[in-house]
Amino acid sequence: MTAASTASAEVLIPSSPSEAIEAFGDGDGIVVIGGGTILMPEIVAGRLVPERALLLSRAGLDAIIREGGTVRIGAGTTLEAVAAEAPEPLATAARQLADPEVRRQATLGGNISTISDGDLQAVLLALDATVRHTGSGGERTEPVASYLRRFGGDDERLALEFGFDEPEAGSYTRLDRPHAHPYTYMAVTAVRAGSATKVAAKGASPGCSRLPAVEQALADGASPEDAAARALDDAEPFDDALASAWYRSRVLPTLVARALADL
Amino acid sequence: MRLMVNGAEQEVDSGPLASLLHVLREELDITSPKAGCQQGGCGACTVLVDGKPQRSCLTPLASVEGAMITTVEGLGDAGELTAVQQAFYAKYGAQCGYCTSGMMLAATALIDATNGDGVTRQEIEEVMGGHLCRCTGYVKIIEAVEAASRGETFDLEELRRAGTAGGEETMILDTGGQS
Repeated sequence: MTAASTASAEVLIPSSPSEAIEAFGDGDGIVVIGGGTILMPEIVAGRLVPERALLLSRAGLDAIIREGGTVRIGAGTTLEAVAAEAPEPLATAARQLADPEVRRQATLGGNISTISDGDLQAVLLALDATVRHTGSGGERTEPVASYLRRFGGDDERLALEFGFDEPEAGSYTRLDRPHAHPYTYMAVTAVRAGSATKVAAKGASPGCSRLPAVEQALADGASPEDAAARALDDAEPFDDALASAWYRSRVLPTLVARALADL
Repeated sequence: MRLMVNGAEQEVDSGPLASLLHVLREELDITSPKAGCQQGGCGACTVLVDGKPQRSCLTPLASVEGAMITTVEGLGDAGELTAVQQAFYAKYGAQCGYCTSGMMLAATALIDATNGDGVTRQEIEEVMGGHLCRCTGYVKIIEAVEAASRGETFDLEELRRAGTAGGEETMILDTGGQS
């Protein structure tokens, strides 16, 4: 077994959100570990050798608060808790990720912030969610959409909390793979709030994105089937090891139609 | 750093970001958690952390300081098999055995959480869904967990004497002393 070369790492284990914010500082040179499900394999294999790490498992960033029609979920909340307590369609999406043991460790913040194509990113896009985060210049809140566009940039941020309005209805449909663990290669989320329906997809284009042509068609009175046919207007299907662009382009309208039918 | 493993306090020297799996196997010589995929995909390394199953390969050592760690070596009383262990033996729930430790710990936690109310096949499949077995095809494993959840016990000595387990002939290979 590969020995983890982590003996000299300085590991900070804050016991409150304020301690976590102080320990993160401007984020320079610090590796943030939420549940560890994404980064521990990298560390064990020696592909990631942190000199300083911030372990969030005891930082208290794990509250789910639903009050007054709004929802706030701490970035350190486990996917097990999200699956049990968050509103739809976020709960269903979280429930379909990995398996119970991984969901017990993995966090919402990790799924959104640590990888470029976390399964829950498109769900938060459809929910028009915001993220409160900290780093250089202090705390600020911005839409998840713009937060994700800066993924991999130089401005290191520590996600603290996600927020959104309780939707009237939500649905989530995805392509499953034979093994439970890999991230889905295509999924669609639909959310109805007020008179608007919002739709977002993972795997239609690299990363996750909204499908505004579908949303506009619905707003103009199109049927779900006709609206779903507009799904490719905003998609950039791509080839990778999991699916071809051709396959993605054929499947996407079907998934959109299913998500809208389930609303 | 100090760990509580199978009821005993242990002093360990590994760094805070070493995996719990590494500490158990390489420092404490507790080898029932297996180093399978080492990326959380197979469940062979699962241990109980404060009674709940968790992938030890994904668990940084620093996150379990003060927690109670249980491996298969810590199940039941010395020399006695638990109901889950008996059922895996009697129902042919194990073949090569590589996945068995994680499977049995996940099953133990599931059954303990129900307080004797029994578990459904769907619940078993959900809990076992992250545990890969490349030998049995899962049917025998699920039957073993169902039997344990019903509180079935087995006379293992009788099974051994009869040369059967699970109602089938036990195949004993003569390895000529080699293993």
